[in-house]
Amino acid sequence: MTQAPALEITDLRKTYGNGTEALKGVSLTVQPGDFFALLGPNGAGKSTLIGIISSLVNASGGTAKIFGVSIHEQRSQAMHLIGLVPQEINFNQFEKPFDICVNAAGFYGIPRAEAVRRAEKYLKELRLWDKAQHPARSLSGGMKRRLMIARAMMNEPKLLILDEPTAGVDIEIRRSMWQFVTGINEAGTTVILTTHYLEEAEQLCRNIAIIDHGTIVENTGMKQLLAKLDVETFVLDTGELPQTLPSIDGIELRRRDDHTLEAEMARGHDLNSLFTMLDQSGITVTSMRNKANRLEELFVRLVDNGKQEKAA
Amino acid sequence: MSHTFAHNLVALRTIVRREVMRIVRIWSQTLIPPAITSTLYFIIFGTVIGSHLHKIHGFDYMTYIVPGLVMMSVITNSYGNITSSFFGAKFQRFVEEMLVSPMPSWVILSGYIIGAMVRGLALGVIVMLISLLFTHLHIEHPLITLTTAMLTSMVFALAGFVNAVFAKKFDDIAIIPSFVLQPLIYLGGVFYSIDQLGEPWHTISKANPILYMVNAFRYGLLGVSDIHIGVAYAVMVFFAVVLGGFGLFLLHRGIGMRS
Repeated sequence: MTQAPALEITDLRKTYGNGTEALKGVSLTVQPGDFFALLGPNGAGKSTLIGIISSLVNASGGTAKIFGVSIHEQRSQAMHLIGLVPQEINFNQFEKPFDICVNAAGFYGIPRAEAVRRAEKYLKELRLWDKAQHPARSLSGGMKRRLMIARAMMNEPKLLILDEPTAGVDIEIRRSMWQFVTGINEAGTTVILTTHYLEEAEQLCRNIAIIDHGTIVENTGMKQLLAKLDVETFVLDTGELPQTLPSIDGIELRRRDDHTLEAEMARGHDLNSLFTMLDQSGITVTSMRNKANRLEELFVRLVDNGKQEKAA
Repeated sequence: MSHTFAHNLVALRTIVRREVMRIVRIWSQTLIPPAITSTLYFIIFGTVIGSHLHKIHGFDYMTYIVPGLVMMSVITNSYGNITSSFFGAKFQRFVEEMLVSPMPSWVILSGYIIGAMVRGLALGVIVMLISLLFTHLHIEHPLITLTTAMLTSMVFALAGFVNAVFAKKFDDIAIIPSFVLQPLIYLGGVFYSIDQLGEPWHTISKANPILYMVNAFRYGLLGVSDIHIGVAYAVMVFFAVVLGGFGLFLLHRGIGMRS
């Protein structure tokens, strides 16, 4: 028997009271076990979509199912399957992390003894155990974000939704968070991630949807999407650049500063002509790297296309 | 016991426990000030002013105002507990912890109501114990005393919940207690019998629901009342049902909480 999709939304719509149409008939399917990226610019509708799935926002139309369970008709059963890490800090700042986690488990009907065991487990895994009995308001920004992940894990959800969990978090903590989330994904939990750090999405996620102005503009596998990128950009560290850059067929050269060049070209374009022309122009190349990040380039293009179509 | 019911019971216990822990954690704000205020009422109105007043319904003034002062504490603390607690949960957004959980609306509402009743009734007991320093009490009808205190506490916890749901800023949870609740309490027969009032004030007073609660409690404690006890129960149950239904409706629709 095939398992129902982890998330199946059909023609989901949301119009706020002020007339803003945040979602214009979004349909999306996320398969069990996936690590799924939901990307989009600010105000695209990501948080509204997540809000509806987690029952914080009332939909204006459409349906959403979690592992085949309707969030509208069987809300209680559906919510047992979800863990949410929201964008904004939303725990009681006067409580202790341990109590926050134990109480969260209680809301899911998990008996206190088991809740205490899980709180210890997840606070330790997220390296918060030494802060478990301190007031939550005394935690750093990164700790508060990890606490929200620990809290979301208390009901051991089948679908974990992370809404920009690494915003404002330093690299070391971000990496430890991803190590944890990757671990639970490998253990079978489906993960949906929204983030503004596109290299995170590229590294972690297998499938991706890009939402803009309340509609899905792309929904595919990460590899398939990246394969669509027909242009590559290289960054070249050079000696002192001349005033005028050479002109090379099929390659667009851009000066970033007096010692750095960007070279944009079609994928598979031969690099020999680039080096030959640079050599002839007296430009010495000392090092070269691919411009990060490929997904970012695609993202900008897709969103820009949407804007141009709208303007037209 | 069904699986769902067992889950809901755990969830209910969790909210009540959290609410009670909050009351205990900030005991210097939740328990001490109301006790001091009541003591001052006993000293000023009971001892200083009351010693110059005639008996009412056969009781000296100090004894006569005890039920009213107990109810005043029950009402203001039940109301105040839930407005500050639930609005605080909205303000800090941790109400979302409950909204994303599988808990049905009745569990959330019941949890907060029980929490508010714990504080309201605890203050009622404290004020009654303080009153024993000033007068002697013999509870005439213990069951009526207890049920009236519980129903009144529930009604004002529910009213406070509705206030907290609609409140958008801290001012919104201070306006109703100051401009509606306090006047209704003072005009609700706490310090006098409405039999002492002439018309039209005697009739107008009967539009005040607190009058029925204070008198029902006075009947339970002292055995005297300006109101028929059956009518008083009908009023309390009516408000409990209407406000309870409205509270559930608000939670179910997510008004003031969900977008």
